[in-house]
Amino acid sequence: MKNVIGVNKLTAGYADRIVWRDAEFSVGNGEFVAVLGPNGSGKTTLFKLLLGLSRPLEGEIKIFNKIPARGNKRIGYVPQKHNVDSETGIDAVEFVRMGLVGTRFGTGIAGSGMKEAIESLESVGAEKLAHKPLGVLSGGELQRVFLAEALIGNPDLLLLDEPLANLDIKRETEFVRLINEVVRSRRITALLIAHNINPLLPVLDRIVYIANGRVATGAPSEILTSETLMSLYDTPVEVLKDSHGRVAIIGIDESEHHHGRLGHAELDSHKHHHHHE
Amino acid sequence: MLQYAFMRHAFEAGTIVAIVAGIVGYFVVLRKSAFAAHALSHIGFAGAAGAVLAGLNPIIGLLTFTTSGGIAISTLGRKIVNRDTQIGIVLAFMLGLGVLFISLYTGYATEAYSILFGEILGISASDVLVTLIVSMALIAAMAVIYRPLLFSSLSEDVAEARGISIFWFGIIFMILVAVATSIAVQVVGVLLIFALMVTPAATAQRLSRRPAQGIIITAIIALLATWIGLFISFYLPYPVSFFITTITFLGYSAVRLYENVKPRPSLVKVAES
Repeated sequence: MKNVIGVNKLTAGYADRIVWRDAEFSVGNGEFVAVLGPNGSGKTTLFKLLLGLSRPLEGEIKIFNKIPARGNKRIGYVPQKHNVDSETGIDAVEFVRMGLVGTRFGTGIAGSGMKEAIESLESVGAEKLAHKPLGVLSGGELQRVFLAEALIGNPDLLLLDEPLANLDIKRETEFVRLINEVVRSRRITALLIAHNINPLLPVLDRIVYIANGRVATGAPSEILTSETLMSLYDTPVEVLKDSHGRVAIIGIDESEHHHGRLGHAELDSHKHHHHHE
Repeated sequence: MLQYAFMRHAFEAGTIVAIVAGIVGYFVVLRKSAFAAHALSHIGFAGAAGAVLAGLNPIIGLLTFTTSGGIAISTLGRKIVNRDTQIGIVLAFMLGLGVLFISLYTGYATEAYSILFGEILGISASDVLVTLIVSMALIAAMAVIYRPLLFSSLSEDVAEARGISIFWFGIIFMILVAVATSIAVQVVGVLLIFALMVTPAATAQRLSRRPAQGIIITAIIALLATWIGLFISFYLPYPVSFFITTITFLGYSAVRLYENVKPRPSLVKVAES
């Protein structure tokens, strides 16, 4: 298996603050990887390094055996935040097509990249959204549009920053299934930042767990045990499993989101319904 | 009415300004930078008042102040969101400076009035020429950065990941807004700048979902409002700026009213699905 990402003694952070240190891992071609960890543990920092938007403090990070550089066409990126609100009246397809032509100067020929944009929307089952304004789309629909944008140049690596946030439990499952189909059918690699491991467990190849300034990686079954996490993070950690195999991690930064799934789900679906109306 | 030189100049300058303000305004609205445009016009007020005090052409003061203000705003707050505080701080200071200059200037009070509310009927042939040259440069610059600007307006993060420098595009865009504001002040003045920079674009974005089309509609609305405003003001003894602002406001209100009576089909569909 060829390595897509190789990380060697990598320390990441800013001039005044180290986010995590001495990370060692690699991601092979075609793997579906979840990046987990509490807020502020440095998950997005890893993405910034991969996108070439920041540099390591120490050590080495390689992507496709090269130092990361900005504007890498082999990467598709779905961000956590976007500038879309209910007032944004531009068609979804106009945004998707920017993924292909948006970095070029000049006004371009009207409709260039339009065909590819429609195809990309079709590939994620979102062709019906092509001519809807971004501002009226629901959270899940917007995620599909952003995924279509990320996929438009046929990238080899997908980086998804919390795509499941703000989705209710049904749409969460649908979106995970969609990403899994994309990864398997195109034989590409995906890194997905998430707060909740459970909807991802059936499809994951590997977990990158970032917490307390450390980065651990392995198969879900290796990482998600009380013993592993405790020895990694040097704090009391308990991994609980319910009868359905769902996991709750307790002990790593208790203020964070690794609490029971049910309360979370209720909150999310409530929020979603509200949004939809 | 076009036999009068002042009316010809007014129509010439008004036409150029409406097109430029429309194009730049479309992005101002899309990027939710209306407050920044508002601040820039107030910064321009200080510049214009200062220029008048120093015995210079107000347009020089306008351009200098708005451009430096635009650069300051975009460097102080690097991301689009949460810039309001920084902008407000600069705005208040500049408005205060403008008040000082006006009080120091013991000449005609009409100068202050025309900066604040526009004096399109007083535009000279050389002003028209300056406006034309500046506007052509501005439109050329907008055409060059059109696609990256549109991309980063919809998602800064995705655009940045694709290799666009959000920082530099933010600065370049703010400079273009500054220049557009400076020339638009001649027509509608500092206080009424929104009539040309924001209202037509906000109206157009409710009428078209394609950016290129939206920009053209924006320019047409601004153009019609300016022309009709000038035409009416030739026969009625009221300020042109009043007519322009009223026409754009009525246009926006009509579109909103129409939407309420008949909601956009896309809205209905999504709600059902």
